[in-house]
Amino acid sequence: MRPRIVITGLGPVCSIGIGIEPFWEALLEGRSALAPIEAFDASAYRPKLAGEVREVKIRDFVPKSYRKATKVMARDTELAVIAAKLAAQDAKLITRGSEDTETGFAPDLTRIGCQIGAGLIAADTEELSRAVVSAKDDNGEFSMEKWGTESTEQGTGESGMNNLPPLWLLKYLPNMLACHVTIIHGLEGPSNTIMGAEASAILSIGESARVIERGSADLCFTGGAESRLNPLGLLRWDYCGRLADTADATDGSTITKPYDPDSKGGIIGEAGGMLVIENENHAQARNATIYAIISGFGAAQTPPPVFPGVFDEPESDPIDRGLEAAIESALADADLTADDIDLIIPMGIGVPSLDAMEMGALRRVFADRLDQIACFTLAHLVGNTMAGHGGLMTAAGAKCIQTQRLPAHIAQPQPDAINHVLICSGSLGGQSGALVLSKPQ
Amino acid sequence: MTPENQRVVITGMGWVTPLGTSIDDAWNKLLDAQSAIAPVTRFDASTCATNFAAEVEDFSLHDHLGDRADAHAHAGLGTQFALAATKAAWTMARLDTAPPNLKRTGIYLGAGEGVLDYPPYMAANIAGWDSETRKLDPVAWITKAYEGMKPIAEVEQEPQLASTHIAAELGTMGPTLNCMTACAASTQAIGEAFEIIRRGDADIMIAGGCHSMIHPLGMTGFMRLTAMSTRRDEPQTASRPFDLSRDGFVMGEGAGIIILESLASAKARGANILAEVAGFGSTADAYRITDIHPDGKGGAGAMSAALAQAGIDPKATDDTGRPLVHYISAHGTGTQENDKTESNGVRSVFGNLAPQVPFSSIKSMMGHLIQAAGAVELITCIQAIQTGIIPPTANLHDLDPACGLDHVPNEPRDENHRGGVEVCLSNSFGFGGQNDTLCLRKYKD
Repeated sequence: MRPRIVITGLGPVCSIGIGIEPFWEALLEGRSALAPIEAFDASAYRPKLAGEVREVKIRDFVPKSYRKATKVMARDTELAVIAAKLAAQDAKLITRGSEDTETGFAPDLTRIGCQIGAGLIAADTEELSRAVVSAKDDNGEFSMEKWGTESTEQGTGESGMNNLPPLWLLKYLPNMLACHVTIIHGLEGPSNTIMGAEASAILSIGESARVIERGSADLCFTGGAESRLNPLGLLRWDYCGRLADTADATDGSTITKPYDPDSKGGIIGEAGGMLVIENENHAQARNATIYAIISGFGAAQTPPPVFPGVFDEPESDPIDRGLEAAIESALADADLTADDIDLIIPMGIGVPSLDAMEMGALRRVFADRLDQIACFTLAHLVGNTMAGHGGLMTAAGAKCIQTQRLPAHIAQPQPDAINHVLICSGSLGGQSGALVLSKPQ
Repeated sequence: MTPENQRVVITGMGWVTPLGTSIDDAWNKLLDAQSAIAPVTRFDASTCATNFAAEVEDFSLHDHLGDRADAHAHAGLGTQFALAATKAAWTMARLDTAPPNLKRTGIYLGAGEGVLDYPPYMAANIAGWDSETRKLDPVAWITKAYEGMKPIAEVEQEPQLASTHIAAELGTMGPTLNCMTACAASTQAIGEAFEIIRRGDADIMIAGGCHSMIHPLGMTGFMRLTAMSTRRDEPQTASRPFDLSRDGFVMGEGAGIIILESLASAKARGANILAEVAGFGSTADAYRITDIHPDGKGGAGAMSAALAQAGIDPKATDDTGRPLVHYISAHGTGTQENDKTESNGVRSVFGNLAPQVPFSSIKSMMGHLIQAAGAVELITCIQAIQTGIIPPTANLHDLDPACGLDHVPNEPRDENHRGGVEVCLSNSFGFGGQNDTLCLRKYKD
């Protein structure tokens, strides 16, 4: 019989809350946190607002012996590490990363996997610029000859690349999110780093569930994390055509309007969205609190590339076909039909053309019933947090099932019971994923 | 017996390597122990401590895709390599003439990030530096960046866009994922794709990887880590896995793509089966971000898991006393640490039989293709199964006793006199302790 996979730990880290209880409280109150970027001076960018994670220090979330290693963590890695720590605590796990005072279950670490969705990490611009200006030629341009360290007539052999720290590269490898998490907690099972923009975390959670299903692990740390709140990262995401020109606005809550043709566009966010999921038998044997069952997973691809502002605008067919296929296969995987779904948590990033395609896919799956199903999104509250987003959506869905409550300001009729929740996302590259969460029996 | 819809076979392959883009030509060069390593031509590396690499020469997507190449003109170099390799694999599998159910056809790549758009990026980095405050001025940086940096060049650096281009080219709609697990990525991608077919989520998966880090900051990162060979006076023989004189890896670039298919699907369409994927193992060292666990237990764990799934006992032999694994394609980077710990891992898995298992590294000839390495090396395993010949480790003249296994030095090994090559392992290990191993088996009904 196919093993059942359950969610037992939630670790959302985003602008409205650090940890599941603050995050859930903010959702119940309908709070948003989208404000001018503080990480660096973004005043000359088109997008100037973000859902920024503030007032957390990575040092407080790693064992004392690991503090030195935080120097080689990019912001993305910090968010993943913090979120993983909070998810492990929520799941009452004792690992190598636990404090002496914590109590809980100490699992067999060789049977724990770690799959984290990640994004492309930009090199720290200040650190790189400081090194690059040491290798200028007479015209003030970057000179590869001066960048190299072997001396020649022109090159001094003294500056250039040696101004970068020796471990410079290791800060920017996307798999460093999973590597630091596995090292901190001692997780020796299968590990993976999946990159699919906004769909990254959903795909990672689905793949983690499959790793457990096939018996390669009993438990996985899973989800995603990403931050593009740095000069190059923000530029790249701006160039992907998904962010609103926020002009002089200081409050983002009126800019992103999911599924509204008048929405001005998306707002960027940063997040870590990590979960602990495990084989139901494993969870029951250790008396873990079970939030929800991951009952279905589907993945698919939207064939034509759709990058508004870069390539063509979506064509006349406003349906994200990949998203539709992913939802259909997640429903089939859960042995459910569209009629069984009580709540939908899609992306709704607030770019009208993309929202229309997403709604087109949902309409294909749910037909007229779509208007009767409760539905909420997070991007207008915390920003589009990309690889972290699916982790936040899943945490929110799990809490809805556990508490049988919905976040504030849901327009649609409230369901009598929340038994099955659909979480789904398309992405920049057309990779799409969908999860079905179900209420434990 | 595993049901046919859960057995996964390989029905096509294609590569773009520093030794060429034709399977046979590049394979013959490997058997000849030819080196693709030479001074870097892609940029001025003359003052770099490592000024050489294994570059893919004279590559034009037009030669592979004809006019269709125009649709991908803006794609990054790695993506273009992947498109060419996919075309070859798709054609070899005869899926071009009889397309499959595209909703049941997916993609799993270990594609690396694209190459930075240097001139405008460096101009912004210079403009952004405030020499008085010795700090970055983000306003000056973005002002210059908006002037010169182009949206399309930035978007195309997103690693998952390689799969997006392939899907756009072929119209596939099945599960599509991209993993970045450093040097283990394309082995992992193939392993995960194998599992996707086994669990019934797709019938066919296009799997493999692509990457080029032969660019200023790509090379810089590894030079700062002192991970690359600095044998500037002897680039051709700089890659020396398992040799006492090894001093680091040599950068390569390229792509390797295979077509994975459920046996049921391959049989139904009468496909030519090249080999069967019998097992996949994946572990994390959970040790350090810079170092491999010294006893090689992470790599050993990946090999053991792949063998267990394949149902092969590494400590057993056949009637003639030959180990059941006939070839291990080593990760074998040529760094002091990797080659020693990987050999220790092989010893711990195979015990007393370890010295009898041929265990070579083609990185000695075509360098380290980083995220593409695993897929390209798996293709050499398919070739070994198909031809019965094992590729050598070139430049191996002074065996390091800490490695000390049968590394097939300098000459290929023809195994046809004893039944050819039936079972291979392919190892790939990445920074941060990512370990992946695939087990391939000669296909038998």
